Amino acid sequence: MMLSLLRIQAIFFKELTQLKRDRMTFGMVIMIPLVQLMLFGYAINTNIRHIPVGVVDQSQSALSRVLVQTISATQVVKFEQQFQDIKTAEDALKRSEIRAILIIPPDVTKRVARHPSTGFGLPASSDEETSRPIAQWLVDGADTAIAATIKSLRNMPLSELVSVKPANRSTPTFEVTLYYNPEQRTAVNIVPGLIGIILTMTMIMFTSAAIVREREQGNMEMLITTPIRSIEIMLGKIIPYIFIGVVQVVIILGLGYLLFDVPVNGSLLSLLAITLLFIAASLTLGLVISTIAKNQLQSTQMTIFVLLPSILLSGFMFPYEGMPLAAQYIAEAFPATHFMRLIRGVVLKDLEFTDLTFDIYWLALFTIIGLAVASMRFKKTLG
Amino acid sequence: MNNSPVSEYAIQAKGLSKHFGDLKAIDNLDISVEKSRIYGFLGPNGCGKTTAIRMLTGLLTPTSGEIEVLGLRLPQEAEKLRLKIGYMTQRFSLYNDLTVKENLQFISKIYGITGTQQKKRIDELLSIYGLNHKQTQFAGSMSGGQRQRLALAAATLHKPELLFLDEPTSAVDPENRREFWEQLFDLCDQGTSVLVSTHYMDEAERCHKLAILEDGVKRADGTPAELMDNMAVHVIEIEASELRELKQQLIQLPEVITASQLGARLRVLIKNTVNDPIGFIALHSNIGKQALNLVRPSLEDVFVTCTGNSRQ
Repeated sequence: MMLSLLRIQAIFFKELTQLKRDRMTFGMVIMIPLVQLMLFGYAINTNIRHIPVGVVDQSQSALSRVLVQTISATQVVKFEQQFQDIKTAEDALKRSEIRAILIIPPDVTKRVARHPSTGFGLPASSDEETSRPIAQWLVDGADTAIAATIKSLRNMPLSELVSVKPANRSTPTFEVTLYYNPEQRTAVNIVPGLIGIILTMTMIMFTSAAIVREREQGNMEMLITTPIRSIEIMLGKIIPYIFIGVVQVVIILGLGYLLFDVPVNGSLLSLLAITLLFIAASLTLGLVISTIAKNQLQSTQMTIFVLLPSILLSGFMFPYEGMPLAAQYIAEAFPATHFMRLIRGVVLKDLEFTDLTFDIYWLALFTIIGLAVASMRFKKTLG
Repeated sequence: MNNSPVSEYAIQAKGLSKHFGDLKAIDNLDISVEKSRIYGFLGPNGCGKTTAIRMLTGLLTPTSGEIEVLGLRLPQEAEKLRLKIGYMTQRFSLYNDLTVKENLQFISKIYGITGTQQKKRIDELLSIYGLNHKQTQFAGSMSGGQRQRLALAAATLHKPELLFLDEPTSAVDPENRREFWEQLFDLCDQGTSVLVSTHYMDEAERCHKLAILEDGVKRADGTPAELMDNMAVHVIEIEASELRELKQQLIQLPEVITASQLGARLRVLIKNTVNDPIGFIALHSNIGKQALNLVRPSLEDVFVTCTGNSRQ
């Protein structure tokens, strides 16, 4: 049997009219990408700076004061408090007033002098007995990101501290060249990823709610007595949201370019192709939810149930490769994971969508299976 | 006169049953609905009226039984039937956030009616159902009566041969209900067959024919006059004081089916095995014969008698 374009179009225009009258939803379509882009673009920063720390200076020497200043100059930490003893410092750490404590021992001057990198103690002490760190950090290790940042201070060069040319300046083992985001700006990675997050959120939520609402308000009871077919209802309902999705992508990438200087290196055609594919996959996921949920509360709950792992496992914030294998398999199931690779590939690495066939096929397959499942389940609910 | 049964009946169903697990929502129902007539399903809430209508529209597959609607076998030919029937649901099922006109335009498109044909039909419906001044009003902001007229307009937009109405007037005041029935008779006059479910006696009485349903079983059917005439009961009205006491007293008698108070009167249904009902009452109470009247049974009496066992 042929699909009736007229009937699909009837549902489509009805949906648009309803959307136009639903000020709140209409506002959210624009506000969600706008506000979240500003929020995440400015707020999320994986280069941690200005961690509040305290110091217990047991040496009270000129060198210890210079040491504190030198560490401050790196901007990694900010010395906020001075403590007389370790006990009070630990209490402050417990209360989260500070995140780490620097303990400078009474013999810091001697330790610096004998440290191999300063080159004073000749020959440079190299055996375990004499080669000792100059001071100690006590760190609030609960937050692994902060702990890692403080740890990075371990090999801070001491040359500036004593303002002499070091005798044996260490040569790095590796030369590191950073591609695609040489300035290491977090926004460059966050903004394209944000498209995946916002589309997942709005597309799944809108479609799942749109059909459940129809059932909740009794409209479906009327529709099923008419000649319209379930696939026509579903197509008519999701097409408006495809346009909405595209509008949201334009807002995010446009503002990302203007505010955060995020480049769009790939071709717009590739960008459109992957975005439409991802929108389609998300919409069918929403449709499947709508055939299971009995009311809008349930559909919202299910959306969040899908949304959270989609976001957290997608590689948006935490690298996919860092997850255990089982979690990687689960992540593969979510369209957002594939889209994250696609959008970062196209926007940042100038890939064409034809270079990313695995993710493209996967999203296409997901859409087809989703549509089939939704159609089948949808029919059942009529009987 | 056409003698072929195919053209004489809009609906014919034999041995229709629908079971949901252990629950027999409809049990062995036989009905025949003549064309261009209004047929009623009368029964309390939960008696299976909606289930029966859903099977007759092809929305629900019966557990067993045969259905033929407008010459089409169900559920096999349900898709073909969709264009020939109109269905008005119990609950208002058009879009509250669309205007009257937008709702009708939407339904038109669903039925493939477009262009000038659509405009003409919608204008026609708006004037028939008195909605001309409400065209741009949102359906959600209209009164129960207006919404129901809109629902009827939508259900008849594609000029169906057969119209199903599931408790169409439950949210409507008596004035609007009367008007609504006038419109149903107009449709009937133009050749539309109507099947309506209701739990209102006055509505059931307007039907050409009706079936009384209880617990998924047909208790009686026929024209309202037939049902009232064929009743195996006498109806006596008693005018007296202390009716509550009298009622308790009479209800104990095995010959009395039921007694119900109507203001200052007590209406008593007595089995017609009793030859002289007035004498019978006088004998069993201390009330004089001048206070007793033998009256014509109403449809409510029929209903109470048919479904009496479970209702006081």
